[in-house]
Amino acid sequence: MNAMRRAWESDLSYSFRHSPITVLAAFMVIVLFAGAILAPLIAPYSPFDPATLNLMNGFTPPMTPNTFTGETFWLGTDDQGRDMFSAILYGMRISLFVGFAAVLLALVLGVVAGLVAGYAGGWVDTIIMRIADVQLTFPSILVAMLIFGIAKGLTPPDMRDQMAIWVLIVSIGLSDWVQFARVVRGATLVERNREYVQAARLIGRSRSAIMFRHVLPNVTSPVLVIATIGLALAIIAEATLSFLGVGAPPTQPSLGTLIRIGQGYLFSGEWWILFFPAVTLLVLALSVNLLGDWLREALNPRLR
Amino acid sequence: MTETPILSLRNLVVEIPTRRDVLRPVDRVSFQIARGEVLGVVGESGAGKSMTGTAVIGLIDPPGHIAGGRVELDGQRIDNLPAEKMRRIRGKRIGMVFQDPLTSLNPLIRIGDQLTETILAHLDVSEAEARRRAVAALEEVGIPAAARRIDSYPHEFSGGMRQRVVIALALAAEPDLVIADEPTTALDVSVQAQIIALLKRLCRERGTAVMLITHDMGVIAEAADRVAVMYAGRLAEIGPVAEVIAHPQHPYTRGLMAATPMATPPGERLNQIPGAMPRLDAIPAGCAFHPRCPVAEAGCRVGDPPRVEECGGRAACWVVAREAGLVRA
Amino acid sequence: MLAFVIRRVFQSLIVLLVVGLVAFSLFRFVGDPVENMLGQERTQQDIDRLRTQLGLDQPFPVQYWRFLKNAAEGNFGVSYRQGRPVTDLLIERAPATLELAFVSGVFALVGGIALGIYTAIRKSGWLAQFVMTASLIGVSLPTFLIGILLIWIFAVELGWLPSFGRGETVAIGWWTTGFLTASGLKALILPSITLGLYQMTLIMRLVRSEMLEVLRQDYIRFARARGLSERAVNFGHALKNTLVPVITVTGLQLGSIIAFAIITETVFQWPGVGLLFINAVQFVDIPVMAAYLMLISFMFVAINLIVDLLYVAIDPRLRVDRAAAAK
Repeated sequence: MNAMRRAWESDLSYSFRHSPITVLAAFMVIVLFAGAILAPLIAPYSPFDPATLNLMNGFTPPMTPNTFTGETFWLGTDDQGRDMFSAILYGMRISLFVGFAAVLLALVLGVVAGLVAGYAGGWVDTIIMRIADVQLTFPSILVAMLIFGIAKGLTPPDMRDQMAIWVLIVSIGLSDWVQFARVVRGATLVERNREYVQAARLIGRSRSAIMFRHVLPNVTSPVLVIATIGLALAIIAEATLSFLGVGAPPTQPSLGTLIRIGQGYLFSGEWWILFFPAVTLLVLALSVNLLGDWLREALNPRLR
Repeated sequence: MTETPILSLRNLVVEIPTRRDVLRPVDRVSFQIARGEVLGVVGESGAGKSMTGTAVIGLIDPPGHIAGGRVELDGQRIDNLPAEKMRRIRGKRIGMVFQDPLTSLNPLIRIGDQLTETILAHLDVSEAEARRRAVAALEEVGIPAAARRIDSYPHEFSGGMRQRVVIALALAAEPDLVIADEPTTALDVSVQAQIIALLKRLCRERGTAVMLITHDMGVIAEAADRVAVMYAGRLAEIGPVAEVIAHPQHPYTRGLMAATPMATPPGERLNQIPGAMPRLDAIPAGCAFHPRCPVAEAGCRVGDPPRVEECGGRAACWVVAREAGLVRA
Repeated sequence: MLAFVIRRVFQSLIVLLVVGLVAFSLFRFVGDPVENMLGQERTQQDIDRLRTQLGLDQPFPVQYWRFLKNAAEGNFGVSYRQGRPVTDLLIERAPATLELAFVSGVFALVGGIALGIYTAIRKSGWLAQFVMTASLIGVSLPTFLIGILLIWIFAVELGWLPSFGRGETVAIGWWTTGFLTASGLKALILPSITLGLYQMTLIMRLVRSEMLEVLRQDYIRFARARGLSERAVNFGHALKNTLVPVITVTGLQLGSIIAFAIITETVFQWPGVGLLFINAVQFVDIPVMAAYLMLISFMFVAINLIVDLLYVAIDPRLRVDRAAAAK
């Protein structure tokens, strides 16, 4: 067992080492994740503390001393005099937090729905999978927008900005559970009729114990692949919603919000306010996507 | 002066480069087919018979390619023709029938359109004339109510009927040679004999030569004039069907004949040749058959066996050659 | 076949009823419609009157039925934010979105199929390899970034094309079109590419993989063995078989163009239905959201249905009744 495990791992690491682009993607992911997690420690400024902001620093180009204050910022500042580098680190923190939380929500929902549908069968299965089918008919970004709108309508107006991040997580999570549910349901249907499951039932193990102990291990690799690609999709979905103004509020800007703010200065020459958040988002999404692609190929070439 | 054979292979070699080494599914194969003659090609799966047929018609999938020898059609070399010239030969001078009639016809195109496009690709006739010929071709292969069925889709026919359509397609432009690659293997046993009889009759009427690839000795016995036996990409024995069946010379052919139900007395178990044909990446040195050969000698393990021509014209085998006094022991 | 059509139409109706229920619940339970429609100065009488007028005092199923009936008649209520009938707003903005979706759809379809065929036939050519690599990056790019990138290059740096709006439009009855003026056509270019690029990439990759699969089939080998030209093999045979499965996915992709128009319309401030919707979400303008949901569902369901029927029409193997008759 141990030997098999080692062989599997070395197989995975072999395909990893032999794909330079994957190594690069993994490196970028590590750097960006570290930057996001350690933002409070490494960010030179605290960008959303109004007390530290100096409007005189507004619109400072990257690597150029400000004409009034003489301060220099790596990536320049925005209209408020906020340091872009710090804003991006904190923005990435929010983007990644929303992405991870949304995928986690989708994963838990999808896995439970898939297990229940596959194991219970009958009308329970029919209802769950029908909902999944109808939801799949619509692009998930549209579903997320709709859920966002509903949730926003249900929260009291003065709470809206504080709740926005959580509403965002729920919207994206609810719009993405179907993939997980389908895979888990398929695996459950296969496992349900295996002899060992029958045997486990005969010796009196409970249904839920059987499902979690026996079915889940069989679906870890597809679920892992879907989760990784789902993370890239969730990051993009979050950025899109925030860009559209139906996501993270300006008081808690994610990368998408920063891009939304930066778009306003596209014509007036302050390109860095848009450029750096956009490139960060691009590298982040592309790297996670590449990792997901590699995982899919390495774990199961036939999974699509 | 003898008549030029319609097809002549000389030391044909097909190679497939792989990551590790180069495979040789066809290794120095030579034979000829006369006009109107039916040559059966037999062998186990992987013996190189299909690859030989594919090489003749120039459709080997890359990275496989003809690496040596030559293919002559009616005295003209065709293995090195440019793609466009080779295309004009396919269908027009060499027709081909594949194994599975269920997958040989495009399911989305009416059989009449598949026929007329073939006729129009090769013959300078009007569309109406092409359609008339298409109906005639279907009638000839025994499709009832051909004029009506011509507008049917392939799935509306049974397997046997589809293979008749495939034969009509292969013969549509009246080629001189037809390569039939296991034409009956995918069919019901009851239909097999009909299809073989049809192929034989049509080709005799037109003087079309046939290269009949099969693993079924019964089909060979029934339809072929001569038979070529292939083993591990090489030609083991070739000769008139009756002689090869009655007096096989090559030890492999002998084993093959002994293994047919016809050669086995009722109640006894079928004979078997011990072992299995080597994989393409593990063909032994010397005679490829020697590990399984009951009469193999030390020399068989070292040198390539003599070519058929050097060995009395029948079998490529050291033992046969020595017994016939053609080489010294 | 008829049974199949009836079953599919029936299924579509069920989906629409479910979506209608969602839209209605949205309208009924998210926020208080009466609260939203009456201003700060209101009397209990006003509230009661509006309540009766909207039928809110009726049992739930009755209300739902009324909602569906109104929706079927094109009556979606009044926008909380703009105080105008939602239907008027939608009609006013529909031409902008439909023209944009049409142009991007054609772009995605033509470009996707052509590039898909090219990359399949010239599988190992350097141009095909390049296109494939570029498409991988294209799939990872969020739509709005593509739009911003295009604006940056063609509007800011080069100054060739406008970065927002529809340009000059010509009114034909209630329909306004940008097809008839130079500035209208110029304004369409960047948004159409932005909206169509992602779909084009998907269609291209799909066509390529399907075509490669088809080219491995026996009937293609047989077509070659019959001496048909490469052109006839690729376009007369392989393409036809490739397009059958492609139609399904492509149809659905074209449907989602309408949905993704929301993003493009925001980037380019394109005065279409999508921009209306996103503003409605921002300001929780429930009647507009509900109407948009109903409208887009209807579109999706209709496209789904058409795609399924088209599929049957193209693949003779699925025309079961015909086959049975021929035997």
